[in-house]
Amino acid sequence: MLAYIIRRIIQSIIVLLAVGFVAFAMFNFVGDPVDNMLGQERTQADIERLREQLGLDKPFIVQYWHFLEQAAQGNFGLSYRQGRPVADIISERLPATLELAFVSGLLALFGGIALGIFTAIRRRGISANVIMTLSLIGVSLPTFLIGVILIYVFSVELGWLPSFGRGEVVDIGGWSTGFLTVSGLKAMVLPAITLGLYQMTLIMRLVRTEMLEVLRMDYIRFARARGLREKSINFRHALKNTLVPVITITGLQLGSIIAFAIITETVFQWPGVGLLFINAVQFVDIPIMAAYLMMISVMFVGINLIVDMLYFAIDPRLRVDRSSGGH
Amino acid sequence: MQHPILSVRNLVVEIPTRHGILRPVDQVSYDIHAGEILGVVGESGAGKSMTGNAVIGLLDRPARITSGEILLSGEPIHNKRPDELRRLRGKTMGMIFQDPLTSLNPLLTVGEQLTETIQEHLNVSNAEAQDRAVAALEEVGIPAARARINSYPHEFSGGMRQRVVIALALCAEPDLIIADEPTTALDVSVQAQIIALLKRLCRERGVAVMLVTHDMGVIAEAADRVAVMYAGRLAELGPVRDVLTTARHPYTSGLMASTPLASQGQKRLRQIPGSMPRLGNLPQGCAFSPRCEFAQDKCRANPTPHIQDGDGRAACWFPLSANSEQEVDA
Repeated sequence: MLAYIIRRIIQSIIVLLAVGFVAFAMFNFVGDPVDNMLGQERTQADIERLREQLGLDKPFIVQYWHFLEQAAQGNFGLSYRQGRPVADIISERLPATLELAFVSGLLALFGGIALGIFTAIRRRGISANVIMTLSLIGVSLPTFLIGVILIYVFSVELGWLPSFGRGEVVDIGGWSTGFLTVSGLKAMVLPAITLGLYQMTLIMRLVRTEMLEVLRMDYIRFARARGLREKSINFRHALKNTLVPVITITGLQLGSIIAFAIITETVFQWPGVGLLFINAVQFVDIPIMAAYLMMISVMFVGINLIVDMLYFAIDPRLRVDRSSGGH
Repeated sequence: MQHPILSVRNLVVEIPTRHGILRPVDQVSYDIHAGEILGVVGESGAGKSMTGNAVIGLLDRPARITSGEILLSGEPIHNKRPDELRRLRGKTMGMIFQDPLTSLNPLLTVGEQLTETIQEHLNVSNAEAQDRAVAALEEVGIPAARARINSYPHEFSGGMRQRVVIALALCAEPDLIIADEPTTALDVSVQAQIIALLKRLCRERGVAVMLVTHDMGVIAEAADRVAVMYAGRLAELGPVRDVLTTARHPYTSGLMASTPLASQGQKRLRQIPGSMPRLGNLPQGCAFSPRCEFAQDKCRANPTPHIQDGDGRAACWFPLSANSEQEVDA
């Protein structure tokens, strides 16, 4: 198992190096940063000095190494637009995105698993079929449309929930949280549903399919033949066997919840990194874009690594070391 | 008189389909007594497994029992509510399936699967359930049972897994075991061990066993009596030696003649012409009549009676006598 983990970590590092290369290439190929940083009234000497200062006169490979070195320490340079360190800007914005992703991830995971089990067990029931039909809407409607519809119904017509922003936030040691105020929690509801709905329907349909598959297995039949209760058969025997594929998909989806929060954050003007990224694209603020790219890929790779570890926790067949296999 | 452990009376199972009602089990009756192994043989689709599933109450929808009775130690169980039936499963009747590789939940240890079954049916503490689980594994011949109780199913070999399956079926001490092709998925040397184990448990515990198989060798080895099924009906029922040597029903006789025996050398095997009719397309009268070399108009027109003959009975208008049997063989 240790060898497996080490192998996975090496793979992860290679992925990150590749993403780092793309991020680094943006600096060189998307316009000349020196042009952006110096104003109209520049001299050739200014340009040369800044080039030297930024290390742009060095060979490509040296620059790349320097970039990686700095990136590994969380240093992505200064934002072209705001003139402040990118790391500071991102760490200000990150809590908002992570809290949103956390809430919608929980919603998607628990809502999806619960509904998936329900629709699998009550396969022929009316309510299960209604849920399955509605879930098609969840899968096929684009996120921004769901957001706009929710805003129209709950903010404009009913006036229950705010349509934009995070509400009041409390600052705890540099982490601004919206969980501790009523307005913060209220502001969370609509964006979290918007962001989580697609993932929830996806997980629900996956759990349902896997569950129906497992319920046909011999060991479920044998469990019935031993007189176990339906509750035990469904939740102890069947659910656990559906979890491996569900965890894979859920892990990947958690990554995309963070990555694709861009749209939801734009619709709800949620002050997170997604909105920051969209603004950075508009102003060609390459350091921020590069840092965002790196951050998202680190999260994806990290989540995948955790998912792979979870397989071992769930499925004992993977844990066995080959010497004591028995056959 | 002592009730038989299992008594099936005129059991009919029907499956409604778009093209009419199918009867995979039609008017089947038999008894199994304590300590007895009844072999149930027949081709695929003859209704062997369906009978077993009907008895234990695990018919897949839309198949259902439409008439007849199933009595467990004299008590009718065919009309019990699903939850009452669930309490009986495992406790008074157990079932063993064909493939031990897929019968065990891969994500739970054998100990967990045993103790959950024991605690479902018997009111015992965790520690006692654990002890009973170890005892159950020891009884089916798993070495170092206490050490292996925390092993997962994949850590056992195929034959050992079938032993675990048997331990699971027996751990709440049922009176009846339905073994549905318990040896089919195992290799021959392990088959013999599992059969020996079933026979021993049957003898020592007085469990009644319904052994469903299509393997005549297994029947000859294990069963006390044998029931031959054909197209959902019982063709013949009798003590295993009588049925194997002097079959009364032409189908059984044909089945025997088509079983290879080492003693017969390299003689060409006889086969029964044609194949079993589909359930939706049964002939009138005796279902075997189109393939039967002795069939007469009476067989084709009228449902067959059960002819009682000594310890056995055959569903045939013209059961073979010992003499005609020899003629067939000649």
